[in-house]
Amino acid sequence: MGAPLVFLLLAFLVYPVGQLLTLSVYNGQGFTLAPYQQLFKSALYVNVLWITMKISLATTLFAVVGAYPIAYLISVAKGPAKSRLIFWVLLAFWTSFLVRAFAWVVILGRNGVVNHLLLSLGIIDRPADLLYSFGAVLVGMVHAMLPLAVMTMLAVMENIDRTLPRAATTLGARPGTAFWTVYFPLSVPGVAAAAIMVFVSAIGFFIVPALLGGRRETMITQLIIDQVQQTLNWGLAGAISVLLLAVVLAVFLIYDRVFGFASLTGESAAAARNRDTAARRLGARVLALFGAASDALLALVPRRRRGGDGAAPRALVVFVWTLLVLVSLPAFLMIPLSFGKGGLTWPPSGFTTQWYEQMLQSPIWMQALWRSLVVAFGTGLLSMLIGVPTAFLMVRGQMRGKGAMLAFILSPIVVPRMIIAVGMFYVFAQLGLVGTVIGLVIGHTVVAVPYVVMTMMAVLRNYDTRLDLAAQSLGARPVAALRHVTFPILGAGMLSAFLFAFATSFDELTISLFSSGGLSATLPKQFWDEVTLQVSPVIAAVSTCLLIFIAALIYAADRLRRRSVAR
Amino acid sequence: MSSSSLTVQGLAKRYGDFVALAPTDLIVPEGEFLTLLGPSGSGKTTLLSLLAGLVQPDEGSVRIGAQDVTYSPPYERDIGVVFQNYALFPHMTIEENIAFPLKMRKVGAEEARKRAREALEMVHLPHVAGRYPKELSGGQQQRIALARCMVYRPSIILMDEPLGALDKKLREHMQLEIKRLHRETGTTVVYVTHDQEEAMTMSDRICLMNAGRIEQLGTPADLYFRPKSLFVADFLGESNILPADARGRVGDEVEVHLGGQKVPGRALANGHDLPRGSSVHVMVRPQNITVARAQEGVEGSGVQGRVSDVMVTGSLTKIYMEPLDGALPSLVAAFPTRNDGDAYRIDDVLSLSWSGRDAVVIAQGDTKPAAKPVAA
Repeated sequence: MGAPLVFLLLAFLVYPVGQLLTLSVYNGQGFTLAPYQQLFKSALYVNVLWITMKISLATTLFAVVGAYPIAYLISVAKGPAKSRLIFWVLLAFWTSFLVRAFAWVVILGRNGVVNHLLLSLGIIDRPADLLYSFGAVLVGMVHAMLPLAVMTMLAVMENIDRTLPRAATTLGARPGTAFWTVYFPLSVPGVAAAAIMVFVSAIGFFIVPALLGGRRETMITQLIIDQVQQTLNWGLAGAISVLLLAVVLAVFLIYDRVFGFASLTGESAAAARNRDTAARRLGARVLALFGAASDALLALVPRRRRGGDGAAPRALVVFVWTLLVLVSLPAFLMIPLSFGKGGLTWPPSGFTTQWYEQMLQSPIWMQALWRSLVVAFGTGLLSMLIGVPTAFLMVRGQMRGKGAMLAFILSPIVVPRMIIAVGMFYVFAQLGLVGTVIGLVIGHTVVAVPYVVMTMMAVLRNYDTRLDLAAQSLGARPVAALRHVTFPILGAGMLSAFLFAFATSFDELTISLFSSGGLSATLPKQFWDEVTLQVSPVIAAVSTCLLIFIAALIYAADRLRRRSVAR
Repeated sequence: MSSSSLTVQGLAKRYGDFVALAPTDLIVPEGEFLTLLGPSGSGKTTLLSLLAGLVQPDEGSVRIGAQDVTYSPPYERDIGVVFQNYALFPHMTIEENIAFPLKMRKVGAEEARKRAREALEMVHLPHVAGRYPKELSGGQQQRIALARCMVYRPSIILMDEPLGALDKKLREHMQLEIKRLHRETGTTVVYVTHDQEEAMTMSDRICLMNAGRIEQLGTPADLYFRPKSLFVADFLGESNILPADARGRVGDEVEVHLGGQKVPGRALANGHDLPRGSSVHVMVRPQNITVARAQEGVEGSGVQGRVSDVMVTGSLTKIYMEPLDGALPSLVAAFPTRNDGDAYRIDDVLSLSWSGRDAVVIAQGDTKPAAKPVAA
């Protein structure tokens, strides 16, 4: 049942990436190390590598620190409050990277929101150059990665028994100590999982540094794009890819040694066996110190006589909602701009629908939209056809090496997207698939199918197969059982998995960047071309449409998921 | 051993419109083992959480010894709580778990280690100190939770259905274990359970709760033999509850007429002052009923009826009987099983009788309406 998936990944992930890596040591005649010599000889490349590491590490740090309170609040919240929090995180998570990065261009630009605010407050007297700096890239990156960090951490935090911190307080621990010595150590695997996901995504990211960074903020993936699109130096592109992949794999190996891969999927949040080591004792002592320090701090705040029964402190709630508003706000700024006469200058003035009219009348935008919808729909279908049987196999099947299989299935998420995209472009070019719908569907399916498998595995784990037997024992023939019992329960989960694949494809830029273009461009590719070549207010209109579309999709997917899983 | 009394006055908790605990008074003397018993949703866990400081009350007060702790956080109360799922810290070894409360009390590392070892000895698990909680069985985890709670000698220990997750055999063993630890330490214990047998076995006193209030507070024998309401009579063990009219007082007993045919009988007044003719209920336990074959034409030898079912449950044989008097509900009598085959058969006509000392009057209108309407 898993054969189609294995074939797909072998043909369109392993083979292309392998090709690309081979190109770095094989120049058509024989073995060569020339690309590597070129790579390490020039200060330029080493410098880019260093900047990439610096930006990725800083992004990881800030994203994880910012995500922790949000994930914590979601994990302790209940009922509608929890759903509201999750909705806003998901909205930020799925809102196109392009829209969000572009929003920062508008916010930080010379005529942007921040400059307008500072000027009108009289803090500065002429617009400051905020864009094209390390700070701008960092803000954009953290903003892009924060939702991912929250979702990853949440998977672990949701599994922490909430009576444990309460038990600690009955045993004499003050709130600060209870948090640092009991809750925090249990959440560390989640923090580590979030850190690795953010780091690996950040290191392969190019949208934010390309839009918000200057020459000094060039990241390694941008180099690959240059080598492939401009200098056509495949050997060097391959060498850079090898380097990138090596860093990512090293990070994952270290992670696996320390925490184990299981905690990545949040499956068994049980901490790895931690034996009594000096490092562990030191950690415990540091945490105890943190606890004592926070208790001393808390003691300064006057205690309310009647607290709200162990609910999250109000200050935390306010802080988290402020963070969430800040995370959501940039994309929402596009809405007023899209109706303003003044183009992308803040504040918007007047009211017009001309940008929407331009968008609707432009054959390029309309074709891109149509193509994106077709590709996304095709990707959804193909991912389901391949992913659902695999999920069945993974959950119900009896076989050895399930762990290895899962790692293989998840590898499209782990391998930097840029490497997949470039390798695929190379192979597609040989097969004549560049610029075709089929090619894009295959490419997008490779990166969407892991999400389908993971979603369906979660749905299937919650499905009690005895229900089928019960239906049959009550007289339902297999088809009737499928129609009245199995499908109503699994159907919602399947549709939600489909929507995930759909949304992944609809927002995919990296693969489309190479494998589509001109009249065959997808929406994100068209968006990218617009923002990098010429900046027009039509983009605000397109962004608004994308935002509304994605919000509707999440709402639908979430409703369905809840109907199927939390029954 | 520092043990304290517990005084609760007018303590109440609401969630929106739902009254989780109506204003409640309760005094637990030093060293007592008190059980909060009741069906789910009766308010017993709410009361325990209020005592622990995990939930804040809407009104009323809680005192431990002489100290008012109504609004004190848990960590300032000097209590110990044993949670239903044990709440052992999974990232700490057993020894670290047990030493945790000592560390919080700034006990030196050496002393804490020594006392943790002693606590492990006390629960007969000295060999698991270096293991992690998930490496222990359910029963062992339960003992560790007890040890962690007792190691710092809190003045009061609160236990929330601590044996709920164990199988029957292990549960009975742990009941004895907890009783032993209570005897040895002399700590005041407030214990929550919904298992009435457990409550009867372990408690000095039982506080039976229903719908957010205390239904009756007393020794197990009080509740079992002298229930103050139909709810108590019904909740604890099997019982026969018969509608009756009070006819007059004879010492501490009341003469009654049972059912529509006014079968004469007697029952303990149980402190009720009952005017002649008032409608009451009489409760009698199955094992206190004497079963005999009815002698035809002889009246007044108890309630007569037809056997509807005979069940041998092991040590006891139970006989279910439909009284000839339609105003009486069906009755159940129990006696030790003997090896004389089926002495009684379905449809046999029997006479059930009991001593007035074994029956007790439940005054009408205490809580619940009678199961069957009383014939005029």
